[in-house]
Amino acid sequence: MTMPFYVSPEQLMKDRADFARKGIARGRSVVVLGYDRGIAFVAENPSRALHKVSEIYDRIAFAAAGKYNEFENLRVAGVRYADLRGYSYDRIDVTARGLANAYAQTLGTIFTQESKPYEVEIVVAEVGQSADQDQIYRLTYDGSVADEQGFIAMGGAGEQITAGLQDRWRPKMSLGDALELAVDLLMQDPAGGPARTLTAAQLEVAVLDRARPRRTFRRLVGPLLDALLSSEDPTRDMPADDDRTPGQHDALTGDGSERPAPDPT
Amino acid sequence: MSLGSGGGNGRLPAAFMTTGCSSFTEFIGVQAPELLPSRRPLPVGGTFEAPHGTTIVALTYDGGVIMAGDRRATMGNLIANRDMDKVFAADAYSAVGIAGTAGLAIEIVKLFQVELEHYEKIEGTVLSIEGKANRLATMIRSNLAMAMQGLSVVPMFAGFDLLTLTGRIFSYDVSGGCYREHDHHSVGSGSLFARGAMKKLWHPDMGSASAIRVAVEALYDAADDDSATGGPDLSRRIWPTLAVVNAEGVRFQDDDALATVVEQIVADRRGNPGGAR
Repeated sequence: MTMPFYVSPEQLMKDRADFARKGIARGRSVVVLGYDRGIAFVAENPSRALHKVSEIYDRIAFAAAGKYNEFENLRVAGVRYADLRGYSYDRIDVTARGLANAYAQTLGTIFTQESKPYEVEIVVAEVGQSADQDQIYRLTYDGSVADEQGFIAMGGAGEQITAGLQDRWRPKMSLGDALELAVDLLMQDPAGGPARTLTAAQLEVAVLDRARPRRTFRRLVGPLLDALLSSEDPTRDMPADDDRTPGQHDALTGDGSERPAPDPT
Repeated sequence: MSLGSGGGNGRLPAAFMTTGCSSFTEFIGVQAPELLPSRRPLPVGGTFEAPHGTTIVALTYDGGVIMAGDRRATMGNLIANRDMDKVFAADAYSAVGIAGTAGLAIEIVKLFQVELEHYEKIEGTVLSIEGKANRLATMIRSNLAMAMQGLSVVPMFAGFDLLTLTGRIFSYDVSGGCYREHDHHSVGSGSLFARGAMKKLWHPDMGSASAIRVAVEALYDAADDDSATGGPDLSRRIWPTLAVVNAEGVRFQDDDALATVVEQIVADRRGNPGGAR
């Protein structure tokens, strides 16, 4: 009978953590940041169908960086968790805190007990009635949770972007300014090279809009996103009304709906 | 445990992490079967009286479809509730109305609403109108054992078809049969009279205002001859629940708009109770 080599628990955990970190660092980055009327999510993602940012419940959204099949698995589990809670109790009893705890336990167990840890980093965000009630939780591969204020960046260039956000993010930014800041930071090269250019087609942008009733999650696409990202265009906020053309209720293109007048301030 | 908390190590149970299932009903069938109305053990023998909801009407118009219901729930010869809502938005583009055992029917509607939203979130796309109608049929079918004990639920489903851009109506029977209805339909105890009224009042290519009036008039006629259907209650100012489903989604008429329609109909029928014209 062969004896397995002894590996100290410290070494085992360190190896697993290094493995997970490497996997996450390969992924493109995601930025989550608060703005005056809600929480915005900006991810570099050329795919229209495989999302990195998704709706979980009325006021809760999910964003992830890392391995798609693993965070998709967690996202579906989160939707099931939220819908089951909401169905058994009431819609207002579904909270980001509860979901973050469930995710933390799940990721923690997978980290220590499965043959390989999940190579993911996720954010669970809940928009409150006012900006100081917003909750943004960051969960990492080993199940640790952090309650962040205002903004989070994760993925390959996460640290550089976080540093940029610490300098330049301000509470109560307009949506247009917040998106411009996020995209500008996503374009920086972490290795210090020249900045890249990212167009609206390479970005996945969504918001939790504080003012909307019930389901607050909206994806921003098409002409509306172009207008918000352009510093020449006066559009700084999303329209209060949904598109009047029939289709997916959570996508806002700006077609056929009134653009709000630019904020005088 | 069933709600995803507690358990051995606090980790979400296996059912949460299963891949390839986008149905909420199937998920809770595994995770929390006691929450499904069809999975509860049935009492043996004897029937009992539970509140019953009554008449629902639906009719198409040139921009979509309208669904309306009276507000009464009855228990035998008593009125159990005067202002119950029996028409609900199922999702952004469809409405569901219910007749039959009220408690069970509302539970099925609630489950159906979560089912549609759950699919939308997991798949990232909305179900086709036939897909939604068939999901509801499955839920009614699984309720057959309850129906045989007297707890039957008969819904009606109406929605805006995003492919053909028209309003569509589906009716059901207690065994889960799902039938496509043309132009207009009604279910519940007063449905015979409402159907008769709509046959005479409905025209192709009606506008929304005249279609709303026809829906309310059909409910008036149902209440006129069926004691279980609530008529217009002018003293309490209780009006029917009326949903308009069109390209802009589901919108419930507010009380002020309905009050005008109902008061006009009541005034027109003074001295002309059958509404002859």
